[in-house]
Amino acid sequence: MADKKIKLTKADRFNVMWHSQFLQGSWNYERMQNGGYVYAMIPALRKLYPNKKDLSAALQRHLVFFNTHPYLASPVIGVTLALEEDKANGAPVQNEAIQGVKVGMMGPLAGVGDPVFWYTVRPIVGALGASMAMQGNILGPILFFVIWNVIRLAFLWYTQEFGYRAGSAITKDVSGGLLQKVTRGASMMGMFVLGALIERWVTIKFTPVVSKTPIQKGGYINWDALPKGPRAIQQALIQWDKGNGLSLTKFKTTTLQDNLDSLIPGLAGLLLTFLCMWLLKKKVSPIWIIIGIFVIGVLFHVWHIL
Amino acid sequence: MNAIQMILVVLVAFLAGMEGILDEWQFHQPLVACTLIGLVTGHLDLGIILGGQLQMIALGWANIGAAVAPDAALASIASAIILVESGQGTKGIGTATGIAIPLAVAGLFLTMVVRTISTAIVHIMDADAKKASWRKINMWQWIAVCLQGLRIAVPAALLLAIPSTTVQHWLGLMPTWLTQGMSIGGAMVVAVGYAMVINMMASKEVWPFFAIGFALAAVKDLTLIALGAIGLSLALMYLALESKGGNGNGKGGSSSNDNSDTGDPLGDIIDDY
Repeated sequence: MADKKIKLTKADRFNVMWHSQFLQGSWNYERMQNGGYVYAMIPALRKLYPNKKDLSAALQRHLVFFNTHPYLASPVIGVTLALEEDKANGAPVQNEAIQGVKVGMMGPLAGVGDPVFWYTVRPIVGALGASMAMQGNILGPILFFVIWNVIRLAFLWYTQEFGYRAGSAITKDVSGGLLQKVTRGASMMGMFVLGALIERWVTIKFTPVVSKTPIQKGGYINWDALPKGPRAIQQALIQWDKGNGLSLTKFKTTTLQDNLDSLIPGLAGLLLTFLCMWLLKKKVSPIWIIIGIFVIGVLFHVWHIL
Repeated sequence: MNAIQMILVVLVAFLAGMEGILDEWQFHQPLVACTLIGLVTGHLDLGIILGGQLQMIALGWANIGAAVAPDAALASIASAIILVESGQGTKGIGTATGIAIPLAVAGLFLTMVVRTISTAIVHIMDADAKKASWRKINMWQWIAVCLQGLRIAVPAALLLAIPSTTVQHWLGLMPTWLTQGMSIGGAMVVAVGYAMVINMMASKEVWPFFAIGFALAAVKDLTLIALGAIGLSLALMYLALESKGGNGNGKGGSSSNDNSDTGDPLGDIIDDY
């Protein structure tokens, strides 16, 4: 199609991409992302349809129900840009064809976006940033913000361009191998990192003392034998050797937590996660589970279990 | 807090509210929102630490289909304001985390209200589309976005209107067993987010990856970046071996159809563009 009269330039397409960031702005219960979709298309539609009647038809065409992952809407927008451009240049593109492409793509693409972005990239980049931030490191939030937005903007632009160039052919690619492979790979990496995060960050410490056994003489620091003054502290710390040396007291106390840790570190957190998964599958609202955990935390603390 | 700081806090809240629905720049994520509140109020360190704590809890919160996730925007903004006003420093972080959860629920109801209002807005857009007045559609889109911003900015302004001495008084009334208990609960509540994520992703194929990740995390010398690299490599190796059809059960056939498919998703994406 070299004889196109009206063509969308790179700047036009970039403008559409920028607008598409407001896709969910008027998210509503009736037609979900429809307002955002037409808002994203407006810079292109305005140029393609100088005639008021055509423009009105195009605007109404894109105000129908639409819902997918906000970033994965970009390839769909790319394809519809190509179709609208053909239509504006006189190609016999029916309304139904445009609707069909949108509806056909939004389902499978949402299925790709959720595991990749919400369940792999955000937890990983978020956990990376959060673990630095919890120590008061400003790099935590900065890294999170920069990494996320570089990935996101690159994704929005290149998938929209890909959709624009591929036209409706992209629908075949979606059901085909590549995207599915990316999704599967993301799920694998996501599950790996989740396993690690649960071990590291779900902290449950059982405080009940299981046993309290006396330690043989020489196994603990003999406080009376230490020199006087500040030197005593130095001596004690040397003997203690960060817990690797002598014991601080005459008794070795073993808490329930110590026993659990020698079996499987992080076991309690893992079991709690499985319990939450089970409750969620039983359609218990996550909000009630969260409130329940807080109540249990307070009660068990009062009863000296945690 | 002086007037300029208050205006900045409300602005940050507005931004977080917009992002809470748009989900693009992530200004509503605790890590960013709490840090910004800390920055404009002159308590940067507090904001960063609270942001990190809340982010860990909110990692798995995402709006998927019918599953409604707690609202991170109001939780981060309001708890950060309360923490700053309490004047308790890092000691108040546990309590602020606990307060964030009911706020996340309150934010959920507010967003439902705005989404219902948006239903009326798209009907106005319908009428504008008939008249081909695209400028008005743009305007209504912006009104809808701004309503989402106000959803957080208004509660933030109300919180600022309460004198900080009152906030301190209320927080002072909380007994230590309650604040300590809430900190313990906050450390456990992370599990809910992870459980939501696992329920969405889990399949027979990916459970071994979960087990390896869990076992390796006990090795405390491994940083999060190292663990991420191991996870990524394992996934790439799995996919590469699968497409080579190592066990010769027909899997190889699918890859021979596509010569450009090297089994490296990242490489394939780069090749495609």
